[in-house]
Amino acid sequence: MTTLYTSDHEWLKIEGDIATVGITNYAQEQLGDVVFVELPKVGRSVKKAEAAAVVESVKAASDVYAPITGEVLEVNDKLGDEPALVNSDAGGAAWFFKMKIADKSELDGLMDEAAYKAHTA
Amino acid sequence: MLARDESALKRTPLYDLHLALGAKMVPFARYDMPVQYPPGVLKEHLHTRQSAGLFDVSHMGQIELKAKSGKLTDAAHALEKLVPQDIAALAVGRQRYAQFTNETGGILDDLMVTNLGDRLFLVVNAACKVEDEAHLRAHLSDVCDITVLADRALLALQGPKAEAALAKFCADVGKLRFMDVAELELMGLRCIVSRSGYTGEDGFEISVPADGAEAFAKALLENPEVQPIGLGARDSLRLEAGLCLYGHDIDTTTTPVEGNLTWSIQKSRRTGGARPGGFAGADTILAQLASGPQRLRVGLRPEGRAPVRENALLFASTDSAEPIGKVTSGGFGPSLNAPVAMGYLPAAQAAAGTIVFAEVRGQRLPLRVAAMPFVPNGYKR
Repeated sequence: MTTLYTSDHEWLKIEGDIATVGITNYAQEQLGDVVFVELPKVGRSVKKAEAAAVVESVKAASDVYAPITGEVLEVNDKLGDEPALVNSDAGGAAWFFKMKIADKSELDGLMDEAAYKAHTA
Repeated sequence: MLARDESALKRTPLYDLHLALGAKMVPFARYDMPVQYPPGVLKEHLHTRQSAGLFDVSHMGQIELKAKSGKLTDAAHALEKLVPQDIAALAVGRQRYAQFTNETGGILDDLMVTNLGDRLFLVVNAACKVEDEAHLRAHLSDVCDITVLADRALLALQGPKAEAALAKFCADVGKLRFMDVAELELMGLRCIVSRSGYTGEDGFEISVPADGAEAFAKALLENPEVQPIGLGARDSLRLEAGLCLYGHDIDTTTTPVEGNLTWSIQKSRRTGGARPGGFAGADTILAQLASGPQRLRVGLRPEGRAPVRENALLFASTDSAEPIGKVTSGGFGPSLNAPVAMGYLPAAQAAAGTIVFAEVRGQRLPLRVAAMPFVPNGYKR
């Protein structure tokens, strides 16, 4: 399983033609305490760079962009009841949604872990 | 000769302390201010409600008015031309919430006015303080000497443990009740201490000489029950307390009556009172007091979990075309563990329990008009 990153601080775990998407630990640190997460509807087709989810802290709302084009297959309903999970386990239990990868070549433009670390350094 | 850099951010006397405490600094009202410290807005908010929070509000303006005649009542009557409040009846050692109004009844700024016996002491908003000083000089210079206290810091110590924390420096603070003010010596510093604040909690605001402010703040922070609190939590605390933020919930287009601040206008300044009118915008404000305003600032509780933020438009139904109002402050209330907002609605739709809808990301979300404060006050009356 490969993990890739966007410059907007999302991560993608790639398994076959399915990508699981979340926000990075760096992103949750910048946001502060997450109090609300709005997830896309299952079945929605999202284009790369389109606002797909919203994450809100006490202070402000931030968009989470679709890192690639594809169809939303599943969302993490747990975040509705427990938005603070984004702060405690951004890279794991607080995944946002799973999507079917429409075009694998879009993955080429994303960063690996070393490149993302350099990006946030 | 170098031109003065107008864009440079100003610093309060506690700037170095904020950095040492790990604050995240942001520009606010031309000052470089701490928005949060390492614990973050949520924990800072809850700490203030449960214990005691220390806020640097030195960016606010502190102004003294002294009557040239030497008689305080002359300064009080002069100030009454600019505010719809009764200043003449304000007792020595007492503080009152007021608004500077304009000719159409709009609010130029909101402020606290204190009677210190020989002078009036005003605390005004940071973003308005230059204009407020000019306004005072334009209208009161013939009667009053106006002094801006630029050499003083202002600290707020708020929360249920604020009294115990401050009493270590001066036992007399325990004698103050809500909105009482006294000039006291704390750590050898001549301070103006008021029992008031902007959080809905019991607490104090302490005007302290700038050169002693850092040592005093550090001494307060030695108490583990006192934690530094940034502007982020200051905003969520005042929102839960139902208190207005100038420039958002009230401004030059809203009157004190529309702003639901009628409680702050004493009977003596109203029609039929001892000194009715005689302040800027009195015609509009007195007419609204008599017949009711067209619109009113109300508390709003979103029915769902999504915060509804400033500038969200309000609608009567899920499909009505024309908005009926707007959210002026909104966010998440950590003590309520729920979103909370305030905004303006037509008076006919402003009753508690009324359901209205806010447009958020293309959806109409229901909100219920609710009484304020959203959390009970902790004032020591």
